[in-house]
Amino acid sequence: MAIDLARFHQAFFEEGFERVDAMEQGLLQLEGGANNAETVNDIFRAAHSIKGGAATFGFTAVAEFTHHVETLLDSIRNGSRGVDDALVSLLLRSSDQVRALLTAARDGGQADAELSARLQHELQQALHPDSSDADSAIPVPDEVSHAVAGSQAAPGEAGWRIRFAPHADLFASGNDPLRIFGALAELGRLDVVARHPGDLPGFSSLDPVQCLTAWDLVLHGSSSLDSVREMFAWVEDECDLQIEPLRAATVAEPSAKVVPIHAPAAAASAAPASAATAPANAAKSRAHADSSIRVSTDKIDGLINLVGELVITQASLTQYTQGLDPLVHERLLAAVQQLEHTARLLQESVMSTRMLPIDSVFSRFPRMVHDLAARLDKQVKLQTIGEGTELDKSVIERIGDPLTHLVRNCIDHGIESPQDRSAAGKPAHGTLTLTAAHQGGQIVIEVIDDGRGLSRSRIIAKARSNGLAISDNASDAEVFNLIFAPGFSTASEVTDVSGRGVGMDVVRRNIEQLGGEVELKSVEGSGTTVRIRLPLTLAIIDGMFIDVGGETFVVPLNGVIESLQPLPEQIKRVAGQGMVLKVRDEYMPMISAHDLYRVPGAAKPPHQAIAVVLEAEGCKLALLVDELIGQQQAVIKSLEAHYRRVFGVAGATILGDGRVALIVDVTEVVRNCGRALAA
Amino acid sequence: MKPQEIKQNPREYLSFTLGDEEYGIDILAVQEIRGYDAVTRVPDAPEYIKGLVNLRGTIAPVVDLRIRFKLGNAEYDHLTVMIVLNIGGRIVGIVVDSVCDVVPLLPEQIAPAPEFGASFDSSYLQGLANVNDRMLILMDIDKLLHSAELALYAPAESQDLPQMMAAA
Amino acid sequence: MSNRILAVDDSTSMRQMVTFTLSSAGFDVTEAEDGVVALSLARKQKFDLVLADVNMPNMDGLTLVRELRGLSEYKFTPLLMLTTESTPEKKLEGKAAGATGWMVKPFVPEQLISTIKRVIG
Repeated sequence: MAIDLARFHQAFFEEGFERVDAMEQGLLQLEGGANNAETVNDIFRAAHSIKGGAATFGFTAVAEFTHHVETLLDSIRNGSRGVDDALVSLLLRSSDQVRALLTAARDGGQADAELSARLQHELQQALHPDSSDADSAIPVPDEVSHAVAGSQAAPGEAGWRIRFAPHADLFASGNDPLRIFGALAELGRLDVVARHPGDLPGFSSLDPVQCLTAWDLVLHGSSSLDSVREMFAWVEDECDLQIEPLRAATVAEPSAKVVPIHAPAAAASAAPASAATAPANAAKSRAHADSSIRVSTDKIDGLINLVGELVITQASLTQYTQGLDPLVHERLLAAVQQLEHTARLLQESVMSTRMLPIDSVFSRFPRMVHDLAARLDKQVKLQTIGEGTELDKSVIERIGDPLTHLVRNCIDHGIESPQDRSAAGKPAHGTLTLTAAHQGGQIVIEVIDDGRGLSRSRIIAKARSNGLAISDNASDAEVFNLIFAPGFSTASEVTDVSGRGVGMDVVRRNIEQLGGEVELKSVEGSGTTVRIRLPLTLAIIDGMFIDVGGETFVVPLNGVIESLQPLPEQIKRVAGQGMVLKVRDEYMPMISAHDLYRVPGAAKPPHQAIAVVLEAEGCKLALLVDELIGQQQAVIKSLEAHYRRVFGVAGATILGDGRVALIVDVTEVVRNCGRALAA
Repeated sequence: MKPQEIKQNPREYLSFTLGDEEYGIDILAVQEIRGYDAVTRVPDAPEYIKGLVNLRGTIAPVVDLRIRFKLGNAEYDHLTVMIVLNIGGRIVGIVVDSVCDVVPLLPEQIAPAPEFGASFDSSYLQGLANVNDRMLILMDIDKLLHSAELALYAPAESQDLPQMMAAA
Repeated sequence: MSNRILAVDDSTSMRQMVTFTLSSAGFDVTEAEDGVVALSLARKQKFDLVLADVNMPNMDGLTLVRELRGLSEYKFTPLLMLTTESTPEKKLEGKAAGATGWMVKPFVPEQLISTIKRVIG
């Protein structure tokens, strides 16, 4: 039976990358010379595991390189080598290379072999600072020679005579002489003669689990000495063993004469030492031994779909039973209510399986901050708060880039050089804080630095030079809001970190696309805080259900500012360009949902319709609809799974009666329809 | 089992009518047959894409082949039939006049499609078969539904996670 | 009834490989991702053989073997270590903890099957 190892590759790579991340995180904790034994052990284990898996699944380059990393880590672990920042840096670079090698192995590409060799050299130098390369060469892993040893040894032509006298406690190691004989018999014809010692204890004092028998074995055939010894490898230390060629004279190999192996009491002395440390280890780490299983997101999404269905069915049941007489149908109505309750709980708990701690995003920053600060000659301390805060996988996947951007900005522009900080009476190292917390069904993430803060006057000057009108009396919020305008940057120097036009507009757009919002607070000289609010999930939205010519649409509530019935004098028609709505002192473009979605039939006159004011990316747009139906949660489903993208439509949901309703893509509608008119 | 017996296993086709013509599609592509109701119109869709339906939580488009091929009258009543197809994981409903039968056909019963004046491009035809003196037009439904001409799917076939809001 | 094996390894891919290999050879395999889980499983039901990785979080393979050997049901049960360290000291340490024997990584599925069959075939 041949088993194709390729079927395990995906799992290997998944965990390989996880382990490299773990190595990296552990290494960053070691920075500053803190040699925490547990951390070192974790890093070692991660490297060890990558090496073992890579060797098993045939990724030799990964296995070989990681072996060198592991060897160095082992020397740190057993205390024969200390840790300093240079070593941590080397190990960080090496873990990058492990990642590169893994990536190359996964994608069938090539990693930089020269870099591997160079790092390997450095690793060896770090291990044996005094030695040259030659004598620090890592021995070929024993197992390789092991596997071929059997075929290399000269065969004993006629067989072997084996004297096998197990120690009395052989059984206590789970070994059984009979199994060994069975295995030997597969090598050739085996004669077995049992010998009993003369001093057998009396029957009453006989211990049945002691092995008091010895055996004389004769193995016929041409099997090699190594293959015979291999059979006894596990019991070498628990027996007296002699193997000699059946006809010694005919065998030339000198080593094949007699192989006496006797176990000293080493076993007994080794045990207590390791036993002492073990229980402490186990107890300590049991705290984070939360057992978990890996489930593919497809399965979870399948579950979410089914629960969504259930909730819809339950909603229609509730609807159908609404008109029933509560006196006559008391029990039915109670059951429907119970169903509603259970369905909601079920939905919540299924949704929670997609929730991941934000740590999976935060964890990328220690390394990034470390590297960036080093490159810019700044000192930055990163602290994270609330990294256990959970949010939906879909949000996690898309929050990384905007956050990365903000963190880069902070280090690049926010935090000053150590000299400037000292001159300003601040500690030389700046502090960057990332926080996450749940707040009223949303997650709030803050990126806080204690750097130079935003300069109001510089922003105003820059805005004016960009042709933006801003009054000197504008509020701080209004001024800081300019940062989010496209192409706006106040950095007086362009650095290679954030580049030109820092792109806070992109950050804001990304976050708004996730249905979130971003705001900024800053005090010049003492720092900046960027606060991001996000929905916990993208799978369910709070929706405003609207009617357009008998068709139902859903507008995500977080894109809706207000809705109103416009008076005729609020509506202005701009020749050839459409309508404008005046709300209080503000003018905004207005379009009819009938036109937008090409709904058949005539639209109501605007002043009889309802205007829903939408906002995205700082722009407003009024959407004329026939009626508001109500507010409700909606499970978002993709159109693209089985159809194509449709302009102005973010997805679809299923109504209580089983029909499909389209969800308005507020950002897309505002951006395209609003701008067309404004231009 | 002798080799020729394997070769001679007939394939099954679901036959249906569009106007006066009788068509057949590979039964393996058919997920279910159901009535036509509650279709939600989608904006900017050609006339033959009737809209979207909810098939037990899956939102799938419905194509009326009668309109697409200008065969028969596109009327909708309680007798109108929709064949739900699953083609490579993509679910789509097609509206036809009626569903007739399941027809087993041996390869030798299928004649290659001639370049004839059928109501659509003959490249979507697998061939023709004669069943009880009726002509059955075998349709390559996979090819037809994925054709750029039908414009059912985005050209790039991009597949987003179902739960994600489509990025603008 | 097929022999029951408990496969203990913190690496998912290794565990998958061991389980798949041994299951296809007709063994009834249960998985555990570390020593703590393995020990609690082993206390609940008797396995005919335990195959444990050495380096694992929470409870390593040596501790697991020592703990298992201390249980009366596992006094004579074959307990095998999976190790990449083939040095004599490591093997001695394993033996001292009460291991029956060891399997040196990397190995191919066929080696695994033949070794296990040799012990409980």
